[in-house]
Amino acid sequence: MPVRFLKRLGQFRPVIFIATLIALWQVVIRQVPGQLLPGPLQVLRGMRDLLQHGLILKYIVASLFRVTWGFLLALITAVPLGLTVGWYRRGEMALNPLVQLLRPISPLAWIPIAILWFGVGDLSAIFLIFVGCFFPLLLTAMSAVHNIPAVYVNVGRNFGLPPAAFVLRVLYPAVAPRLILASRITLGLAWLVVVAAEMIAVNSGLGFLIIDARNAGNRYDLVVAGMIIIGIIGLLLDQAMRALERVKSFRWGYSEE
Amino acid sequence: MAAEATIPLSSRKAKLQMRDVSFAFERDGKSIPVLDKISLDIGDGEFVCVVGPSGCGKSTLLNVMAGFLSPTTGMVAINGETVRRPDPRRIMVFQDHGVFPWLTVEGNIEFGISGLSTAERKERVAHYVQMVRLQGFEHTYPPDLSGGMKQRLQVARALAMNPDVLYLDEPFGALDAITRVMMRSELLRIWQAERRTIIFVTHDVDEAVQLADRIVVLSSRPARIQDVHSVDIPHPRNISSSGYLQHRDDLLQKIGLAYSA
Ligand SMILES: Nc1ncnc2c1ncn2[C@@H]1O[C@H](COP(=O)(O)OP(=O)(O)OP(=O)(O)O)[C@@H](O)[C@H]1O
Ligand SMILES: [Mg+2]
Repeated sequence: MPVRFLKRLGQFRPVIFIATLIALWQVVIRQVPGQLLPGPLQVLRGMRDLLQHGLILKYIVASLFRVTWGFLLALITAVPLGLTVGWYRRGEMALNPLVQLLRPISPLAWIPIAILWFGVGDLSAIFLIFVGCFFPLLLTAMSAVHNIPAVYVNVGRNFGLPPAAFVLRVLYPAVAPRLILASRITLGLAWLVVVAAEMIAVNSGLGFLIIDARNAGNRYDLVVAGMIIIGIIGLLLDQAMRALERVKSFRWGYSEE
Repeated sequence: MAAEATIPLSSRKAKLQMRDVSFAFERDGKSIPVLDKISLDIGDGEFVCVVGPSGCGKSTLLNVMAGFLSPTTGMVAINGETVRRPDPRRIMVFQDHGVFPWLTVEGNIEFGISGLSTAERKERVAHYVQMVRLQGFEHTYPPDLSGGMKQRLQVARALAMNPDVLYLDEPFGALDAITRVMMRSELLRIWQAERRTIIFVTHDVDEAVQLADRIVVLSSRPARIQDVHSVDIPHPRNISSSGYLQHRDDLLQKIGLAYSA
């Protein structure tokens, strides 16, 4: 059946697309003289080398470790602070100028200070990710509180919830969808920051792999292999966060807009 | 029941008292007066309807009664005690968006009764789910319910609290005619069985005449009490009886006056 065949084909569209791109890559590499990029086969071999060394797993774990800690630390400090400050508007008025001043500073600008405070190592990288995640999460938490419909707050008050229960059963679920969305975007940001941070502030991880492969012998096949691995892991992280958005008790926050 | 309904209102103990209550919203440095010197006594177990033109301040009046808003001047007292904040003994059914979208139907009804034992809680949930005819939807989330179902859910959640005062802000406005009639008679049944004090905002004159002991007619904003109309027909009310029609016409006439004032 040609129709069914076409449908089948449709399912594989992304695969076919990527395969075409890789073929094109190979062709272009052959045609263009000089070193533009390593070819796909070289990169594949590079990846095999990395896997055989076992170093790559160590680097992936190192990068994920830093992202996890930097992100989680930002999450557990920025969210409660943002919710509290947003709830008491005076607090926000006091804090806002400082936040607005610090927010536009790229987390990478903090690298010298990170090294000054924490030396070259994990702590520096974690600190940089923390800084990169903290401000977006803080601002989201603050605005999420403002945007809670007054009626939810009123129902919570009507049912006589003590403060802790009010936070847990009204405030938190009301802001959860926004926070989850912001967390997904922020985690993506953290993944960007960690690679940059590892190029300077630490001697392991995927960012270090890339810069080291170049510095120690112009192994561009390893550079590209490392980039591809970074891309794949970033994608997986994003997918994992998206799964949270489909949880039923959060879904209301996405469907209505 | 009939005997109960014939007790003169004046002899009932006052449940809720409002004295010269005024209220104004502050917006952009300007003050928008919404309630203008409202004084009203509501008896224990009385069913009072509030009608008035759209935007006159009916929801605001309920919010002040229930303690969500503090009156600018004057005072509200329940059982002789000044109302300063909302109280779980007095539950409001909000005009819209009142159910929590992150909880299922069951979760919403259980929201205020988490102090009860599991068995008792389940029993109450089942009872009120049945009453508002949401059987089969216990585990559904509000985004998957119709507007009318959400409103019934809010009523169920309020009733599950066993409140002694129930504030209802146009609760049946979004319902279709048939469900509306069923919900009205259900509400009447609950009211007659348990004698809660009910304050019910509506824009539907028929609804008011069918339900209320007394109907408070508000003027356009800032709302003043234009008239208080007593309906002394015992329940169930025959909506084609001449007495009923007389009340309805009287009320329409008063509202006509209110709207032009
Ligand atoms: N938060 C607010 N800030 C400023 N003005 C408000 C606010 N809420 C309501 N108002 C104004 O107060 C007036 C009364 O509003 P309210 O909601 O009490 O009217 P209502 O009688 O319930 O109307 P409806 O029949 O449409 O529900 C309106 O003119 C409205 O514009
Ligand atoms: Mg209203």
